[in-house]
Order: sequence, then structure tokens, then C-alpha cells
Amino acid sequence: MRLRLVPQDTNWDFMRWRHYTFGASIIAMIASLIIWLAVGLNFGIDFLGGTTIRTESTQSVDIGVYRDALTPLGLGDIAITELFDPTFAPDQNVAQIRIQVQDGAESVTPETIADVKSALLGVDPAITFPSVESVGPKVSGELVTTALLAVGASLIAILFYIWLRFEWQFSVGAVAALFHDVILTIGIFSLLQIRFDLATIAALLTIIGYSINDTVVIFDRLRENLIKFKKTPLIDVMNKSVNETLSRTLMTSGTTLIALIALLVLGGDVIRGFVFAIFWGVIVGTYSSVYVAKNVVLMLGVDRDPKKPSDAGTQFANIDA
Amino acid sequence: MLELSLWKRLTILLVCLAGLAVALPNVFYTRAERYNDAVTAIERGAATTPEIQADLDQWPDFLPSAVVNLGLDLRGGAHLLAEVQLEDVYASRIDGYWPEMRNALRPLRDQVGGVQRDRTAPADELRVRISNPDGLQVAVDALRDLAQPIVSLTGVGQNDIEVSGAGDTITVKLSEAERTATDDRTMAQSLEIIRRRVDEAGTREPTIQRQGTDRILIQVPGIGSAQELKQLIGTTAKLTFHPVRGNATSRDQRVDSDQIVLPALDDPGQFYILERDAVVTGDDLVDSQPAFDQNGRPAVTFRFNPSGARAFGVYTAENVGSLFAVVLDNEVVTAPQIREAITGGSGQITGNFTVEEANRQAILLRAGALPAGMTFLEERTVGPELGQDSIDAGKVASLVAMAAVVVFMIASYGLFGTFATIALGINIALIFGVLSMIGGTLTLPGIAGIVLTIGMAVDANVLVFERIREELKTARGPARAIALGYERALSAIVDANITTFIIAVILFTLGSGPVRGFAVTLGIGILTSVFTAIFVTRLLIVLWFERRRPKQIEV
Repeated sequence: MRLRLVPQDTNWDFMRWRHYTFGASIIAMIASLIIWLAVGLNFGIDFLGGTTIRTESTQSVDIGVYRDALTPLGLGDIAITELFDPTFAPDQNVAQIRIQVQDGAESVTPETIADVKSALLGVDPAITFPSVESVGPKVSGELVTTALLAVGASLIAILFYIWLRFEWQFSVGAVAALFHDVILTIGIFSLLQIRFDLATIAALLTIIGYSINDTVVIFDRLRENLIKFKKTPLIDVMNKSVNETLSRTLMTSGTTLIALIALLVLGGDVIRGFVFAIFWGVIVGTYSSVYVAKNVVLMLGVDRDPKKPSDAGTQFANIDA
Repeated sequence: MLELSLWKRLTILLVCLAGLAVALPNVFYTRAERYNDAVTAIERGAATTPEIQADLDQWPDFLPSAVVNLGLDLRGGAHLLAEVQLEDVYASRIDGYWPEMRNALRPLRDQVGGVQRDRTAPADELRVRISNPDGLQVAVDALRDLAQPIVSLTGVGQNDIEVSGAGDTITVKLSEAERTATDDRTMAQSLEIIRRRVDEAGTREPTIQRQGTDRILIQVPGIGSAQELKQLIGTTAKLTFHPVRGNATSRDQRVDSDQIVLPALDDPGQFYILERDAVVTGDDLVDSQPAFDQNGRPAVTFRFNPSGARAFGVYTAENVGSLFAVVLDNEVVTAPQIREAITGGSGQITGNFTVEEANRQAILLRAGALPAGMTFLEERTVGPELGQDSIDAGKVASLVAMAAVVVFMIASYGLFGTFATIALGINIALIFGVLSMIGGTLTLPGIAGIVLTIGMAVDANVLVFERIREELKTARGPARAIALGYERALSAIVDANITTFIIAVILFTLGSGPVRGFAVTLGIGILTSVFTAIFVTRLLIVLWFERRRPKQIEV
């Protein structure tokens, strides 16, 4: 007896809900943008500059005491958060201290860090500092630029590749889906105030990669079916393609999600934000392949001139390697 | 159809075996690492002590021993991004010209009058005021004669200084080409010094790279903190010039209390007896260049600042014919003979140099002190425990992910799922194999990349298996269905993976540090997973099919 995620021959009318889902996607995107603008992202020091110090102690973390110890140093805004994680040992109490960029300094001075360390050792002799990271404002500005450039370059590269292999409508649909995924991810990061740093950008790009992977598989089937069923209306061919690839879509998202859940629970807190972004992206990406990418293609229509030898695809479409 | 030619089978098998062999040392990480360290130590000329021999015995010689480097976030260590203040050097370069220029103008006193340096000029300019403005042109010409042509790729045909005169003032500036050349030298020199400093600390595999025009990235695994690393880099190399009193055969030779015995840098077993007090120190050296002497032999030039020039001039004038030693970090770099009094503050060292040696000596001399100040733009310290925690967490997560995916695949596809599982195992071995081979670095996001690859690697298999299922409904016979399944799934697999690969390339090009590590594992993962899904599972299925010849198959 085999595990079947979906019945053998499905013929569900996915496209029937297209207006609702498309509307929902638009609303979700607008909501994300509003949250982003209203609440803002919780940028890490990679993008804002500043210093983070990770502390670890066998004694429990008392944020108030830490704050009282650090206030006399006059370092401006200090954020202290206690971290919790199932991978921590019972007597492992971890906190993160973040110090803003100091005026006029490119990078935090060794004296400042030494001061902070001795102040904390004063209140908790058992404390250790497993990591200290400091980024100057000059570098953080450049990191933002590079990050935006990376996301932009990926979108353009994909737009171009899909246009080569399919048709321009497909490439617009694919990129629309990617925009959707990226904006929704930024939205959830703003909403939950998860730290947004360089690794998150890597995660965003991975999401783009995964989502496009999914979209391309369905597009590939659509292209094949468009040639097979020349007279069938576009919407029915789409439904057929989604149904035929449904089993694979769920299998792949399923296995990837299982792997990610393992990492999410057991991977430790340092990469949790990163893994969460990918986890979220896999869910959103699977959804957007069906409901955003194809909707856009449906709206734009596909040129199905029967006189042409091939209905979908350009001269590069039949290259198989 | 289902045939796979013999040479294809052998190639697939060979690639898999090679991958497994290259990946093997990573399973015995500490043993392979000890072996590697011992080999490096011997290459560097260390004697084979019992400890080193014990380390060598940790790993058989005939097996590959390269292991994946662990990134700073996994191993612990310090990361610094420094910006070199290139302008610092202009001022000291221009200062260095002054004694020579004053000497050039001195014989012309009757034409130009008194010569005085204008100290109010900007630091990167030299302004000379003469008391007789009529002699301006003569003075300018005399100073122009001191200009040296620049030997560099970009500055061909240009001189190092620009001399202009107006009224009673002559202005000397570094030319644009000279500034560019100076910048490059400053960077090369800073890199060299930092490398020497860090190597001295004896840590494993430090990364010291130039980034952009004026930045240096320094990553040192295993060092306690960025603070320690900064202190290490900040220490100035000690360069001194001493009078030579004689030769010695061993370091322990007894000498007077005002003398010291120092070893020669290049010649083990050769020792010099030197006067303890240095005539001039490296603090006074502003520049050193490879050059050629009058006879066309490679030489090394050097230039002192005004105070160094004075001290050196007085000493050489009194000691023509005797030897003086150039000492760097308590080793004698060279001990040439003084041929004549050196009053201009610059001189030339001739010895039995080859061109490369002259080049290296010049770098070594310049490398004495950091040429310019450095600002640290970014610094990160990761403690070794945190890194170990991350490794452990990553290991557990990978194993759990793997187990879950395996159960899921076998439950869904039965025997074919088992084939996919074997391919997945080979896939992971190949990722580690390739990473070890190219000397890649595994970072924390890189581990996430591998886990993600585990999830996605089965995608290509799933595409094929699903396609075979579909083809089974219509095709004649299982063999045909399997062949068609592979054939028709190929375009989706290729498109899907090329797009992801594009992302990996972009991440690699634009990313830095851990992100780059992630891009590398993701990219390698894509290549190996396509290989294993298309070829390895196929080989397994073909082998199985040929043995059993089933009339019906269930996928």
C-alpha cells in the first residue's frame, strides 16, 4: 500500500477559485506593505550598523539588572532580549544585547566592548560572551545596496530565462509570483518582528529559487498540454496541468517542509530566522505558482495561433538539456 | 529505451566512488585534520617529531585527506574588515623627498638664494620657498631632474612627482599615476604585513584578502576575539639598521654586552655579531623599491625620512667600507657593504639578488611597519562553543530531515523510493566531496543549504516517478514507461534547476561571508542532485529491471 497525498486521477477545478485567491493575494500583499511601512522591519546590525553581544550564563537572565549595569556607560539605546530555544541546556541562559552605532565611530571601540563585558561580569560573574559582532555604518549602507541588487538581479535573470524558454506572458506571470512571495515574506517579518539581516536576504533569494522551481514545473506541463490540446480553452488546459502535477507539487513541498521543520525545531536559534523565512517561502511559493503565476498568464492570454508549428514556446523551448 | 551503455554505467559508478572517497575524510574529521596539519608542518620544514609522526599515522597516505573547511560561525574565531587610510602614505612619501631636494638645490645657491620649506602646506604637498624668485626656473628644472619614471602597467611614461613653480614658491606633488601606484603598493604591503603577523600567531588557514580599492578582509579561525586579532595586526614589525662587528656560527656565541648575535634570514646556520644599538630604525624608513644598480644588477632602494636620513648620512660617512646589517624582527635580512656616504636619505642595497629576491626584499623592508593607519569597519567574534553547538544542532537536524524524507519517499514510491534514498545518500557524499576538493567553506547557512538540498534533491526523482506513473497508464509495458518518464520529466528538471542555479550564482557573486558559503553549497547541491537523480537512480532502476524483468511494476 502506497502513501498517496492525492487521489490518483484528480480533476479539481482549481481555477474556479481564481478570483477569490487572486483577490486574497492582492489583499495579502497590500496588508504586507502596510505592515512593512507602519511597523517596519527589525533590521539586524548588518543593515543598521551597531554591535550585538551574545551572553551566556548558568544564572538566569535578569534584563532589568543587565540594563541597570549598562546604563551608566552612556551608550545610547541598548536593546536586551533573552533568547529561548529547545536546544539550550536547562542551565543555559542566553541573552542578546544590542548597542546602536556610536556617534563618530566606524566600528565599536575595544574599550566599549571591554566596558560592557566588565559591567556585566559585575552583576553576573558566571557570564560568558560566545559572540560579539560589530558593523560600522559605512559597511551596513553598502550591504543594503548589495542586498537590493542581488534580489533585483535575480528577478531580472529569471524574467529573461523564462522568456527564452517559454513566452513573455509566462515570464511576467513567474516574476509576479516571485514579487508576491518576496512581499509576503517581508510582511511576515515585519509582523512578527523577526530579525532581518544578511542571512534573511539569502533566504529571500532561496525562496525565489524554490518558488520559480515550482512555477517552472507547472509551466512546463502547461506548455506540453497546450501543444497536445490545441482546441481546449486555456483555462481548462491550466486546470488539467495543475491536476497532473499536483501529486508532485505536494510531494516536493512535503519533503522540503519536513526537512525544514527538522531544522526549525532542532537547528538552534542562530539560524532560526533564516530557516523560518525559507519555511514560509516554500508554503507561499507553492501557493503562488498555482494562483498567482497562472492567473497572470490567464489574464494576459497565450498566443495560440494554430498555423505556427508550436503553440507555446520560442525557438529555445525544445532544447532538452 | 532502457539501455544504458557500459561506458556510461562505468562513468556513473566511477564518479560516485570518487565522490565517496573524497568525502570520506570528513567522516573522520579530527583524524584527517591532524594528518593534514602534520603534512603542512613538514612541508614548512619542521622536523619529524614523534608527535608529528603520530599525527601522520592517523590517516593512510593513499587516501585523499582534504576536509571541508569550517566557517568562522562553526569553528569560532574572529573576522575583521579593515579600511586602509591610503592618504596617510602620500604625506610620508612627499616628506621623504625633502632631504634629496634640499641637497639638489644647495649647489645652486648663487642662482636661487636661500631655500626654505613651507611647513604650512597641505600634508600631501611639498612647498619650497626660495629667496631669489629669479632663479625659480633653474630650481624647478633641478627638482624635475629628480623625478623618476614610474614603472607600472598604468603609469607608463609618467614621472612620480609633478613640480610647478609660481613666484618664489615651488610646489611638488605626487603625480596621479604615482598615487595609484602608491595605493597599490600600500595595499600589497599592508596585506603582506598582516599576513606575516597572522602567520606568526600560527593559526590554521587564515583568510587575508584585499576587497575593493582600500579594504582588507581578515578571518582567523580559532583566535579568541577580534580584539586579540587587532592587537596582533597592530604590532609594528621592528626594522633596524646595525653596524656589523663580525660573524658567528651559533646563536650562543659569547659577545660583549653592547653586542648581540642574530641569525640570517635566508641562510640557516649563518649568524652575525651586531652592535646592540641601532643606527636607524624602521620608523624612519618611508619607502623601498626593487631597482637595478649601475651594472644592471637587481638591487633594492630605500628612502628615509629627514631624521633618519641625517643619522644614516653621518654614520655612513664615518664607516665607508664596513658592513651594516638590515635587521627585521631580530633576523638579518641582508648585510651589505657601505660603498660611499649616503647623505640624501636614500640608498641602494646590492647583493646577489635575483629580480624576484630584490622584489621580495623590498616588500620585506616596506613590510616593516604598517604603511598606513587602518579603520575597522566590521568585526565579529564567534566563540568556539557556539560554533560547536551550531554544528551539533545542524547534524541532528540533517539526520532527522534525512530520516523523515527517507520514510516519506519509501512510503510513497516503495522500491523506487529506496533507489531515490540511496541516490540521496550518494548526493550528500558528493556535496561534501566537492566541497573538500575545491576547498570550500561550510558555514551555518551552508548546513541549512544542505538540509534544503535534501528536501529538494528528491524533487527531480519525484518528477520522474510521477511521470512514470502517468506513463504506466498509457504506455506499452513498464520498460517503455520508465524510459518515457525520464525523457519527459527532463525538461522540467532542467528548467527548474537552472533557475535555482542562477540564484546560487547571483548569491555567490554579490554575497559575502556566510551567504557566499550558502551559495556554494546550494550550487553544488543542485549539480549533484541533478546528477544523482538523472543518472544514479536511473542506473539503479536499470540494473534492477535487467535482473528481474518484471511484467508489471508499481511506482
